[in-house]
Amino acid sequence: MIKTDTENFLQSTGLEGPLATRESRLQEFWRLLKGNRLAFVGLIIFVLFFCTAFTGLLLTAGTKPIFDPAMVRLQEKLRPPLSSPNLETLRSEEIPRLGVYLFGTDDLGRDVFARMMQGAWVSLTVGFVAVGIAVLIGIFMGGIAGYFGQNQLRADQMLAAVLALLGTVLLVVGTTLSGAVLLLIGSAYILFSLFWKQGAGRKTLPKWMKFFFAGAISIDTVIMRFVDIMLCFPSFFLILTVVALLPASIYNIMIVIGLTSWMGATRFVRAEFLSLREQDFVTAARALGVSAWRIIFRHMIPNAIAPVLVSATIGIATAILTEAGLSFLGFGVPPPHATWGNILSDGKRFIFDAPWLTFIPGFAILIVVLSFNLFGEGLRDIVNPKLRERY
Amino acid sequence: MLSFIGRSIIQKIITLFFVSVISFLIIHLAPGEPSQVDPLNPKFTPEMVERFREEFHLDQPLYIQYTYFYRDLFTGRTASWKDNQPVLKKIWEKFKNSLWLFIVGTILTWTLSFPIGIRSAIFRGGFYDRSATFFSYLLISIPGFFFAYILIIFVVNSFHVPVIGMETFGIGEPHWYRWFMDRVWHLLIPSVLGATGGIAVLSRYVRSQMLEVENQDYVRTARAKGVPEEQVHYKHALRNALLPFVTMFGLILPGLIGGSVIIESIFSWPGMGRMAYEAILARDYPVILTVNFISAVLVLAGTFVSDVLYMVVDPRIRL
Repeated sequence: MIKTDTENFLQSTGLEGPLATRESRLQEFWRLLKGNRLAFVGLIIFVLFFCTAFTGLLLTAGTKPIFDPAMVRLQEKLRPPLSSPNLETLRSEEIPRLGVYLFGTDDLGRDVFARMMQGAWVSLTVGFVAVGIAVLIGIFMGGIAGYFGQNQLRADQMLAAVLALLGTVLLVVGTTLSGAVLLLIGSAYILFSLFWKQGAGRKTLPKWMKFFFAGAISIDTVIMRFVDIMLCFPSFFLILTVVALLPASIYNIMIVIGLTSWMGATRFVRAEFLSLREQDFVTAARALGVSAWRIIFRHMIPNAIAPVLVSATIGIATAILTEAGLSFLGFGVPPPHATWGNILSDGKRFIFDAPWLTFIPGFAILIVVLSFNLFGEGLRDIVNPKLRERY
Repeated sequence: MLSFIGRSIIQKIITLFFVSVISFLIIHLAPGEPSQVDPLNPKFTPEMVERFREEFHLDQPLYIQYTYFYRDLFTGRTASWKDNQPVLKKIWEKFKNSLWLFIVGTILTWTLSFPIGIRSAIFRGGFYDRSATFFSYLLISIPGFFFAYILIIFVVNSFHVPVIGMETFGIGEPHWYRWFMDRVWHLLIPSVLGATGGIAVLSRYVRSQMLEVENQDYVRTARAKGVPEEQVHYKHALRNALLPFVTMFGLILPGLIGGSVIIESIFSWPGMGRMAYEAILARDYPVILTVNFISAVLVLAGTFVSDVLYMVVDPRIRL
């Protein structure tokens, strides 16, 4: 039997076990989190919000939901919170399930509590899906820029990429045939040049051909310049433009928010990768003949993910705020569906008569966004040992 | 230095070119057409739509539209599709209104966040610091439109002054003092709202910069040789902590035009943000594209100014 070094050491010194208390990463994380009171409260609210959103989805979905957010009772409009319904004027299926309007009713007599429950799920999915898209793009682009960044793109490859891009544009515009042909030629050439590496060097090429196969620009430059370009757009204005021009749907909003907020994650991942790829464990893995993709996914991403997760938590808060702002301006999720933003925006006309229509969704958004922000900031202190002792 | 300036200007022009291409494509490739913006209007006969398309080159291929648009923009002839006014003149008028909000908001941000941040850094971990931290998170998290309504209710109920718009409707030609106070009241709430996020973020940043510097050796040395606490904080620490903020003067430039769509539409403030919002609703492509182009120019100019300032104030930086 082969003994590990620790066991040998323990036997030789006669100790029962290591002197320092064993603490797994998770336990350590949990201890630090409990020490940071604001972050801990943030986590609790976040978990509560998640449960609310999920039960809200279950209770308000389907054709005969338990809480019907779309039930209109015109005779019961603008009732304040905690008021009980007027049983004589309502049919039996119109009576709210709890026997009381917990959060009041709006100008069409719809139960605000049911609408808030439905809206919680929308806020949650918008936040998570949008940030998920942003983080995935960020890891992909940042990973390529950080790991393969020094490789040169050849002029012929760039030409092919331009062809493929032109083809895509033509396809979108509507010229299907020529667009598809260009796209096919471009992408086929790129694939071909990636897998057939030796060919260019073997034959002696005429001078003007050599220009095409010379390295033109590094991948890192291309990606980071693209990030710079994206950063030039004023983000809320860009989101507003795209959402206003596209047909209104919740998926469009998620995708657009995701596609306009990946630049931060890209920069983080690239910076982490640039420092990680110089470290010994990556060199060791490369020396062992581990493939590039395995190094990236098994060795580098787990080490680079912490700051990305922190910025993702805060990104979720921003995405929820952006969605609420869009709903407020009337570009959010289309009307029959309730979101916190459009409950607030419908309620603003009655702000002096029915303030609960403004304050309940407003405070709900505030508390959820605050909890994400606090948790994210706490997470930043926890995953970064340098920030830990100093406050 | 000169070579850096030259290189970065060339780089920024290339970036600007791509920005112009991408924004043009985004807007023109989106489904729907500006000629279809009002399909129920009986005046929009097919002949009218055809004339409209021809007038604004919408029947040409995209790259020709692109050259037409940017040729017009650089010669200053771009006209809005909605009212045929020159776009640059329109933007300039709205810009003058937004400028007030921007100036007051910026002054509020920079004068309030420094004392708050410095004080939290000096008394770190104390009650003041913790409540300042909590309040700054609160201000970052609060939805702007919700906060706007709270402030409107508060001000209207307790001071009985009208706050919507740039001045009270039908105020006529009052005494200059009343006119001035009216303007101040109308300006105050939107600019406070515009400044809240900035105050919260900037004061946190000031605090972390101060903490960074307070841990340096030369601050400890100053303390050890008996320099009074006041002088340690304000002479040794603060002066060095200020360094990164010089560069932030460049980065506030884009805020000039980004403004706030939401705040300006709540307060019916006739500024840039609202104009852009209305242009988006009306599919007024020249206005949208021009606003986008100008804001991209401001972003690039802002980063350029901040890079140069950084080199000027910090001799260790060699770009």
